[in-house]
Amino acid sequence: MKIIVCLKQVPKNDSILRINEQGTWIQDRDLTYEINESDQYALEAALQLKEKHGGEVIALSLGPARVQTVIKEALARGADRGIHLEDATLDNLDAFGISTAIAAAAKAEGFDLLLTGLQSDDYGYAQTGVIAAELLGLPHATIVMDVQATDGGIRVKRELENGFFQWVSMPAPAVLTIQSGINTLRYATLKGIMAAKKKEIKKLDAAGLGLDTASLTPKMQFRRVYVPVKSKQTQFLEGSPAEVAAKLIEKLKNEARVF
Amino acid sequence: MANGILVFIEHVDGKINKASYEAVRAAQLIGAQIGQEASAVILGQGIGDAAAEIAAKKLKTVYTVENEWLKSYTADGYTQAFKQIIEQVQPALVLFCHTYEVRDFAPKLAASLKRILLGDNIGYKIEDGQPVFTRQVFQGKLAADVVPVGDTPHLVSFQIGSFRGDECEAGQAAAQALSVNLDADVVRQQPEERFKEAKAAVDLTQAPLIVSVGRGIKEQKNIEIVKKLAESLGAEIAASRPICDNEWLPMDRQVGSSGQTVAPKMYLAVGISGAIQHIVGMKGARTIVAINKDKEAPIFEIADYGIVGDLFEIVPALTAEAEKLK
Ligand SMILES: Cc1cc2nc3c(=O)[nH]c(=O)nc-3n(C[C@H](O)[C@H](O)[C@H](O)COP(=O)(O)OP(=O)(O)OC[C@H]3O[C@@H](n4cnc5c(N)ncnc54)[C@H](O)[C@@H]3O)c2cc1C
Repeated sequence: MKIIVCLKQVPKNDSILRINEQGTWIQDRDLTYEINESDQYALEAALQLKEKHGGEVIALSLGPARVQTVIKEALARGADRGIHLEDATLDNLDAFGISTAIAAAAKAEGFDLLLTGLQSDDYGYAQTGVIAAELLGLPHATIVMDVQATDGGIRVKRELENGFFQWVSMPAPAVLTIQSGINTLRYATLKGIMAAKKKEIKKLDAAGLGLDTASLTPKMQFRRVYVPVKSKQTQFLEGSPAEVAAKLIEKLKNEARVF
Repeated sequence: MANGILVFIEHVDGKINKASYEAVRAAQLIGAQIGQEASAVILGQGIGDAAAEIAAKKLKTVYTVENEWLKSYTADGYTQAFKQIIEQVQPALVLFCHTYEVRDFAPKLAASLKRILLGDNIGYKIEDGQPVFTRQVFQGKLAADVVPVGDTPHLVSFQIGSFRGDECEAGQAAAQALSVNLDADVVRQQPEERFKEAKAAVDLTQAPLIVSVGRGIKEQKNIEIVKKLAESLGAEIAASRPICDNEWLPMDRQVGSSGQTVAPKMYLAVGISGAIQHIVGMKGARTIVAINKDKEAPIFEIADYGIVGDLFEIVPALTAEAEKLK
């Protein structure tokens, strides 16, 4: 099975976010980054499928030079090669633009499965894989919990609402978006890190992908980004741990009348 | 904008997803402000009763699309059918509630029309006569106002709970059947029966007091300190999804969109950031308390009482204090 996994680099979960001067996004100064959470589970799912069925895992990331660390991390965990999409025209794209670039790279490479995480922790569009499937003319499934290979295709377990699940079969090649927590992530071993140094990372720019810039024109725009307006007036309790504990219990008892 | 707002009505075997009424309500409100009439569309087979139910809301037309390939939901079938409907009806705005099903096909539908889905919004405002949509970014830590760029139709979804479905205005909509062309080449997914895993052993929905633990607890062994706090308060213990994914607590302790929905007298969130998928499961609690080291954590947006600090210091102190209640 030839599997391409899309990995996005996002600001670390506990980053302090400062809004930029134009008020349209955050400042990227001083940020540290990590691999988007659900993408890590997509990578792990790909590595496990390869261990079971043979084949190849290719780690793909779009972004500036810093996203090479994401690809290297994937190679150290066991991916076979990397593809890095980097071009100034690919910065700040919306989900359609990003999917257009990813679809072009994936098409040129060829694959049985294209995996993404189910949504990013920064923009949270939850669309990249689905749009790529449409652009590639392929079937897809989202919020995938389990993947089985079948004759000529795959059978996947999807999470639905209210505690329901559903198995869905479809022919390969296909595109899947993977839910967080479905497997146990492996960490890179020292051996893996050493081996990764010899693995290939192919770099592609917009011209190399054969993209015409018209296909990247934005379909949505950010007017402004801001700290959300609170819906409730929170009483913040202050003091030493013992003091706040006493205050809280007192308030729960006498003000909120919880006990 | 010319041809009104079209609302997607979701159902399973003819039973309407309540969230669809929220999208109807959104369409009624936005429509009144931008001078567009709202209509609704329902796809499936044997959907007459569901269509009649929707037609009792204030809508211009309820379109029904009956087709054997729409009997069970598939992303391919719904995308292709909905695309044909949009071509026939030519709405200016298409509204969805951001359910799992909509997440599955609406981005594909938008892409097939060379559009983008403005997904998962929590509200809107009108600027220069046009709707501007508000969505969360960074898992609720920041909000963003976004607008579609380019020609109509624009496709927009709202997060569950953003509108009151029970406040839909009543009315009498016209019914209109539309037809679409689908076949086996188009519909590539083969869905099996929907099922539930083993039934939950614990029913958190009845618990009057809940202490809930999140990833701030860092390690499995630390769960003990939260268990002690729960015991001393006489509360049930619950958790955010990552805790249950790691099997640090059993699945049936999970609160949120893919876990249980609870409404206790008190919900105490320990080391939980307050992602929307968690909040939808507990925002009905009468009193919400949050302990988090990050004062910007979204959980504080809905908390009545907040303690900003290290849970490893505060939880034991709180346990000691709770013991005194006994
Ligand atoms: C389709 C879908 C369905 C989902 N369903 C659910 C669901 O049903 N339930 C659910 O919970 N999630 C669900 N999620 C996941 C959800 O989006 C969040 O990822 C999850 O709720 C985060 O859990 P958390 O708050 O425990 O962890 P994090 O977001 O990592 O937050 C940890 C918090 O702990 C704080 N912290 C860290 N250390 C300390 C310390 N020493 N003292 C005090 N505070 C500390 C941090 O400041 C942070 O706010 C779902 C996601 C998707 C996409």
